[in-house]
This record gives sequence, C-alpha cells and structure tokens, in this order.
Amino acid sequence: MKNKKEKQKNTFQKILEVIKTMASKPSGLIGLTILIFHVILAITSPLYVPYDYKAIDPSLMLNPPSSEFWFGTDSLGRDVFTRTILGGRTALTVTFFGSLIALLWGGSLGIFCGLVGGKIDDVVMRIIDAFLSIPWILAMLLIVSLLGTTTLVLIPALGFFYGKGIVRVARAATHDVIAKDFIVSARARGHSNISIIWNEILPNVRDAIMVEGAMRWSWMLLGFSSLSFLGFGVSPPTPDWGLMISNARGLMSFAYWAVLAPIVGLSSLIIGINLTADAFAKALGIDRSTKAPV
Amino acid sequence: MFFLVIKRILLGLITLFIVSLITFVGVEVLPGDACTTYLERQAFGAALEACYERLGLNLPAYERYISWAIGVLQGDFGYSLSGEMKINEVLGPKVKNSMVLASASILIGIPVALLLGIITALWRDKLPDIIISTVTIFSMTIPEFISATLLILIVAIWLEWLPGIVIVPSEASISELLPNIILPVIAISMIMTAHMARMVRSSVIQVMASDYVQMAILKGVPYWKMVFKHVLPNALLPAINVVALTIAWLLGGVVVTEVVFNYPGLGRLVIESISNRDLPVVQALAIILASIYVSINLIADLMTLMLNPRLKSLQIKK
Repeated sequence: MKNKKEKQKNTFQKILEVIKTMASKPSGLIGLTILIFHVILAITSPLYVPYDYKAIDPSLMLNPPSSEFWFGTDSLGRDVFTRTILGGRTALTVTFFGSLIALLWGGSLGIFCGLVGGKIDDVVMRIIDAFLSIPWILAMLLIVSLLGTTTLVLIPALGFFYGKGIVRVARAATHDVIAKDFIVSARARGHSNISIIWNEILPNVRDAIMVEGAMRWSWMLLGFSSLSFLGFGVSPPTPDWGLMISNARGLMSFAYWAVLAPIVGLSSLIIGINLTADAFAKALGIDRSTKAPV
Repeated sequence: MFFLVIKRILLGLITLFIVSLITFVGVEVLPGDACTTYLERQAFGAALEACYERLGLNLPAYERYISWAIGVLQGDFGYSLSGEMKINEVLGPKVKNSMVLASASILIGIPVALLLGIITALWRDKLPDIIISTVTIFSMTIPEFISATLLILIVAIWLEWLPGIVIVPSEASISELLPNIILPVIAISMIMTAHMARMVRSSVIQVMASDYVQMAILKGVPYWKMVFKHVLPNALLPAINVVALTIAWLLGGVVVTEVVFNYPGLGRLVIESISNRDLPVVQALAIILASIYVSINLIADLMTLMLNPRLKSLQIKK
C-alpha cells in the first residue's frame, strides 16, 4: 500500500517537473498560457456571456464594433463577442475526446503489432497504409455526410482517423524496446504477455505515444474546424469558429469584424496547442521536427 | 536494387487495391445506393427495379466490384449520377486545373523552402532564424481556410490588388487560369513551404553537428565550400521523403483552399459530389487521390534509393 502511494507521488512530481521544463522556454510558456486561457474560457464562458448566442434581431444586422457590441454583430444581428467566446467549447470537447480515443486504439494496436510481428503485423500495417493514403478530408466527409454531424459521430470518427498515425509511432517505439535485455529477462522470469506489456513496454513507449497524441490534437482541431467551415461539422446555430468564418466570409468586404473575431479565436487556440505539444516533446526529449504531418 | 524497386511498386499497387476495396465496401455498407439517391421519392416498385437493371445494381456485390475494377484499370470510371455524364468527362478538366494549381505551388514552394531552411539552420538561434522560424510556425499551424480568407480580405478587399475569387469555368485554358491562381498558390505554398523549411532546417543542423563536418572544419575547409560539398548533399537526402509526405498530406488542404477561392478543381468536385451523394464520383476521386499519394511516395522512395550510394551497394551485396 505504501509502495503504491509513493509511486503515485512520484508520478505527480514527474508531471510537475515536465510542466516546469515546458514553461522554462518562452515558446512553451506562451503555448501553455494560451491553452490554459482557452480551456478556462471554454469552461466558464456560459456564466458571463452578455447576450443569447442564437438571438436573431434583424434591426441589429452587421453593426460595427461598439461599446454595446464589443466585436459587432453578424448578418443575423447576433452578437459576435458572445459567439466568439462560446465558439471554442464544441471544438475543444470534440477534439479532446477524439484525441483520447485516437491515443487508446492507436497505441494499443501499435504495441500489439510491434509485439506480435510476423504476418499479422504485415497485414495490419498494409491496411493502415491504405487508410493513410486516402486523404483525410475525403474520408471524413464521407463518414460525416452519411452518418450525420452529431458530436457522437464526430468524436469516434475523428478518433479513428487520427489514430492510424499513432499506430505507426507506437509500433516503431515497441520495436525499439522489444529486443532489449530487460524484456528477454522478463520472459525468462516467466512473466505473462500482459504483464510484459504493462510493466516493461508501456513505460518505455508511453512518452513517444503521448507526444504523438498531443500533436494529433492540433491536427484534429484543424480537421474539425475545416469540416465545420465546409458545412459538414457542427450544425447552426451552434456557435463554432469554423462555421462563423464560413458564414461571415461572404460579407467580409463590408463586415470584416464578424470574420476576424473567430479567426483570432481559432488561430490562437491552434497555435497554443501546437506550441504546448512542441514544448511537451522537447521536455520529454523527443525530436518531432523531422517528421512529416501524416 | 532492381528487386527493391519492383517490391516498392508492388507494395504501392497492393495499397491501391486495399483502398479500392475499402471505398467499395464503405459505399456498399452505408444506407441507400445510387438508385435511391437518383430517384429520391420515386424510389419504389418498377422504377427502382428498372434503375437497378440499368445501372447493373441487381448483380451480386463481388461481380460489380470486379466489373468496376476492370473499368478503372482501363481508365473508365463509369457514369456520375447528377447529369448522368461520364465521370471521365467530369474529371478531365478538373484534374488539369488542380494539376496547374499544385505544380505552381510546388515549383514556388520547394526552392523557397530550401532557401529558408538552409538560412535558418546556418544562422541558428540568430536573428534571421528567430524571425523566419516564428513566421513558419504561424503559417504552418493556421488552417488553410483561415490563411486563404485573410489573404482575400487583405490583398483583394482592402488593398484591391488581385481578384479574390476565381470566376473562370472548368474548361478555361491554362493562360486564362494563370492570372487567377496567384492568391490560391500563395495560400497553398505558404503552408507547404513552412513545413518543408522546418524539416530542411533540422536536417541541416543534424549534419552540421556530425563528426565529418567537424573534421572538415578542423581541417580548415573554407566555410561555404564545406556547406555546399559536405553538408547540403547529406542533409537534403533524408528531407526528400519527408517532403513527399508533406505534399501528399496537402491534398486535403488543397480541397479546402479550392473551396475558399471557388477554384474549379478536384477539391470543389469532392465537396460537390459528397453533398449530392454522387457515390460513383466519390469512389473515383478516392482512387485518384490515393494513387497520387502512393505515386508521390513511390517517387520519393526511388529518388532516395538512386541518390544514396550506400543503399545501392547494400542491395547488390544481398
């Protein structure tokens, strides 16, 4: 019992240390700050939004920014400030849970393939390669247009599509440790496969998989907002940045504020996640810069 | 060497075969088919039967897959649902337009990326590196539709330098297209360049830290001679593969960019055919885009093989 508590304390200290290393560089600090700001905003924003996000008022159409409407109003007379600070909620929830799913299935399949090897490994990797060569946008659009655009479809669909790259990383990392002496000796001690995966392999491949997952998160957000932008993501009147940009784009020459506010929101969140993921990779000592964004 | 090339090509073909299976099964499993989509509310009784008969949907699935696959191998993708045109005729001009867009972006993007990558690596952590690296991080993380929208807002609407939206028809000739593609090309190559420049940078930095470069410095080889003779050839080789993957990944981004600029290419066709549930066209697009991806990767693999003397001799020994 005491041992377990000590172990927990150690993990906690380790996490604190990683965060400290991440915040020690300016880019990591900026990334973390932006990310935390967005998360807090997403959790608390419904408590203090000034207007109803779906209240349509024709008499207030396309008002420029003023003290009453800080970011102006859109083509239906809705307050852009309200919609912008609410706009990250869906995106953050969907992509966060999507990344978790991607991590779980990608990580376990990758470790399994790396461990088993042989014919099964070959076949699975061929199928993964085939999936990788279908452009993500085509696959996502197909799924979403046929199964609907509810969050319950989007989360597993995104999780599945962004997890296939994690399979490769997890498999490669497993390959690296599988031939090491401590695995051989664990086998010789008579440990079961599950015990070897849990106690010997997982601690050694965890960092690589988690860094990959963090990176996937930012790409998934990009993919999700592109879907919304194309009209295949969340449905109106839900406030969502991609959707807001796509709606306000047509009247951009007249009402630039309605398009700039969601652009700033989405760009800052993506940059925040990206910088955080980069700092996370560096803090764990993994070099990601030579990898392609597959 | 020869066997390795054959093996790579075979693996690519197997991948394409699996892609065709996945898309076929996917379209098969999903609710509704070509006839129910085409006939909409009239999809029952004799009309439905006649439609199945006409499109050959009453045959078992594997027979349809085989006849479809044979058609594709002969370059015939069948008929599209909307307008009942031959898919080849629908695709032809769009493929050409997208090729123009993509090649222009690659032609501009790769040299710029090499230049930026080398500059940032040689002046690592100095002012040029800090400025360029910051800009590349911004341009590679911001989604395509945002950078494209901002380009239209700034260049076309506020400065009024260039047209913001492409209004030429699909059949326009290349000379008609060129003045229209400036903004889309900038939008696409911005992201591509940023990704590649980062890879080139880290590759050059890695080689600069290697023993033989240190040796060359100690021997007193002039700096620029060392850079061109020892560093660049070794640094750019591993970058080729990564660059190929990046180009392939950008296929998705090209779709979005084409929609933003209203460009009559494959990307807009993807969106249109999915909105109309034109499944034969979707299938054809999946195969075409996957073949592009597979062939870009194949070319990159082969180039690395040809350019790397060590890999060559390794294979001969075997």
